[in-house]
Amino acid sequence: MASKSGGFSVRGLREWLEAPVAEGGTAGRTPLDTLRGAAARITTPLLPDDYAHLINPLWSARELRGRIVEVRKETADAATLVIKPGWGFDFKFQPGQYIGIGVLVDGRWHWRSYSLTCPPDWSGDPQHKGKRLISIAVKAMPEGFLSSHIVSGVPAGTIVRLAAPQGGFVLPDPAPDKVLFVTAGSGITPVMAMLRTLDRRDTVPDVLHIHSARTPDDIMFGEELRELHERRPGFTAHLHLTGEQGKFALADLDEVCPDWRAREVWACGPLPMLDEIEKHWAAAGLADKLHVERFEIERNATAEGGTVTFAKAGRSAEVDGATTLLQAGEGAGVRMPFGCRMGICQTCVVTLTEGHTRDLRNGKEHRAGDKIQTCISVAAGDCTVEV
Amino acid sequence: MAITDIKAFAHLSAADIESLGHELDTIRRDVESSLGAKDAKYIRRTIAAQRIIEAAGRATLFASKKRWAWLTGTALLSVAKIIENMELGHNISHGQWDWMNDPEIHSTTWEWDMTGTSGQWKAAHNYSHHMYTNILDMDDDLGFGILRMTRDEEWKPINLVQPVANLFLAALFEWGIALHDLSAQKEQMGIPPTSFFPPRHVVNEPNKAFWRKAGKQAAKDFVIYPALTGPAWKSTLKANATANLIRNLWAYAVIFCGHFPDGAEKFTEEQFENETQGEWYLRQMLGSANFKAGPAMGFMSGNLSYQIEHHLFPDLPSNRYPEVSVKVRELCDKYDLPYTTGSLGKQYLLAFRTIHKLALPDQWLKRTSDDAPETSSERKFAGISLPSMPTWNGSEWLAEHSASDWLAEHQPHWGLDPETGERRGLRSAMQEAKVALKEKAAHEKQVLREAKATLQEKARTETALLTEKAQRGGWLSRKLRRNG
Ligand code: FES
Repeated sequence: MASKSGGFSVRGLREWLEAPVAEGGTAGRTPLDTLRGAAARITTPLLPDDYAHLINPLWSARELRGRIVEVRKETADAATLVIKPGWGFDFKFQPGQYIGIGVLVDGRWHWRSYSLTCPPDWSGDPQHKGKRLISIAVKAMPEGFLSSHIVSGVPAGTIVRLAAPQGGFVLPDPAPDKVLFVTAGSGITPVMAMLRTLDRRDTVPDVLHIHSARTPDDIMFGEELRELHERRPGFTAHLHLTGEQGKFALADLDEVCPDWRAREVWACGPLPMLDEIEKHWAAAGLADKLHVERFEIERNATAEGGTVTFAKAGRSAEVDGATTLLQAGEGAGVRMPFGCRMGICQTCVVTLTEGHTRDLRNGKEHRAGDKIQTCISVAAGDCTVEV
Repeated sequence: MAITDIKAFAHLSAADIESLGHELDTIRRDVESSLGAKDAKYIRRTIAAQRIIEAAGRATLFASKKRWAWLTGTALLSVAKIIENMELGHNISHGQWDWMNDPEIHSTTWEWDMTGTSGQWKAAHNYSHHMYTNILDMDDDLGFGILRMTRDEEWKPINLVQPVANLFLAALFEWGIALHDLSAQKEQMGIPPTSFFPPRHVVNEPNKAFWRKAGKQAAKDFVIYPALTGPAWKSTLKANATANLIRNLWAYAVIFCGHFPDGAEKFTEEQFENETQGEWYLRQMLGSANFKAGPAMGFMSGNLSYQIEHHLFPDLPSNRYPEVSVKVRELCDKYDLPYTTGSLGKQYLLAFRTIHKLALPDQWLKRTSDDAPETSSERKFAGISLPSMPTWNGSEWLAEHSASDWLAEHQPHWGLDPETGERRGLRSAMQEAKVALKEKAAHEKQVLREAKATLQEKARTETALLTEKAQRGGWLSRKLRRNG
């Protein structure tokens, strides 16, 4: 075929062929796109993926999927999940980012976000024999229905859904010369991805890592940290056991890390700790050196009302527990989609991206990742919808 | 005129209707809270089965030059298209499976194998039709704009072609629906209907979406698949057209059995204006009709054989309608309400009869829109006295008072059967009205017959008298002639 003849080009043809998969799938591109696009002309309105995934659930780029290939206990209440993503997953994420993961429990998909603990594109690792895998670490939370479910019972082989990696809590490349990591509990997970990336790149600069855990048994990746500490002269792991020593006091920072003012800092852990750190750094006039990641807190939605943020419109509204999100949006001047206003037409469905809402008809609680009907939903605490 | 006051029509008090509403809410909540892995498995299996049947059908059609292959392939493809249309497309787009939170089986993302887009269909169907069910001038599904399905609508000469229009609608149902949905969406968006033909004529979003989708669908069934089967292209083309036709006829039949058999009532805007949630439920119940179906036929109709249940709870998973129907029937018994159902054949014949009857001008029809088989109103009960209810003093009374006044005045005296203590509602009223109307008619006939007899008697005496007179006259004239 000629590369170009009379306004006709191979690229144009390819784009035409790929058009159906470009509009139909939400996952990224795959090497098979031209073929999928061509096949989509005969499977329309479906994608060939819809047939292919009947054979292998991973053969679909309509939505990102993955298969859990290994569940590894890290501590008594934490586990690492190694996942093989399906078509369309982009391995070029940045260390420190998190992914959304959907797990099927009793017929319903539940979504949560967890930090990736692996370096980007680690297929080169001899340990993984060239397989393109990702890993996340999950710690069971006392109130966390899904995290407990994952840690205590998801078998290898389970199919999960994935949302593309995102988040701004990332380590730049190249990394700064002097780095300080301050983590506690499962706050170590995004930092683990950063450490592993540095290690893999073979460029570990001057890194000090202060990590708090309750007891030695509660330290996730403890063995690996110790090993890295010994192997990499630039890396120092400072472990702090809160069970014995109490909370790590920032006043001790000058002792543990005398040059903390000169370091670029990444901090992740419980909210009070982060608040304290932020104050400390701000007081020192170093706020721009500090990067923090706040893990979403599990809340049970006994809360009534709150601040609703309409993400795309860039507006927000304070509402009580009786005002529907549809009314709230309209009151704030947001163009909300709606039809029946009574919960039967599904015109008003939008994605809840943060927080909790409650369905007025049955009192059921929805949380980030769910699609909700704004005409019959009220805010249960602060929340953000994608509209 | 169709029902303007559902309370009066149903012979239920506002409190009754409210408690009926609460009971229906409870049914809904019970189903919702019991949804789980079993239901999810049901829909996933249905989807897988549909795709496998379709693939098998398409594959078989490669050999469609052979008669057996043509028949098998066409049958498989028809079945696949029917399942895709009814149990999947219709129900998923209703949000029945949204609770699973599965992005691929969700009302916001599902696209069906029909000419029109799911989006436009949802606007016309989920919103207009399910919200304004059977309200004249608001529910465009009432005859789909081309058939006169109730004598509440004025007769026009064009209605004479109704029998033919009906055949076209049935055969080309997906195109009819697609155009219907397109115009509904344009109306909702305030876009003038005008021409919808491409290219530059009227370029607007709904038109573009319509042609893009219709083009893809037509290309698939009538160009690409036949082309792929090479020498068998002609028989494949025929098979695809046949499968589409069969799906169209079936979908049409199911839809028509859902709202057009006798007993599926029509409503006026007055009724809608101040409608309570309970009345909304009641309107859905009285406006819909079921047909009897076993599990297989229920499945193939997308469980729309449970149209009443579907209209009460359009977003509850279809596999739960059979169990919901048991509870709804119990409620009908409790509130003494009719539950309109019958065999598929019977229900369709009733609709068919209406289509053909209403092609004719009203003068040729016996009943009015107050007591016709396809539409009635609270005035149906005017002027007749029912054993369990006080007399309704005729339409003159109604002309001066509203039906609810009448209700308020009479409510305390009825509603409960004095002997059995059971609630007396619309069902008894209908039955008694039927008897009363028959008696009334018989009585009128009797009066007429008697009057006729009297008249005849009178005529006979008069004739006799005349003859006598004439005879006498004859005698006189003869006498005169003789004397002259
Ligand atoms: S507006 Fe119809 S479901 Fe919300």
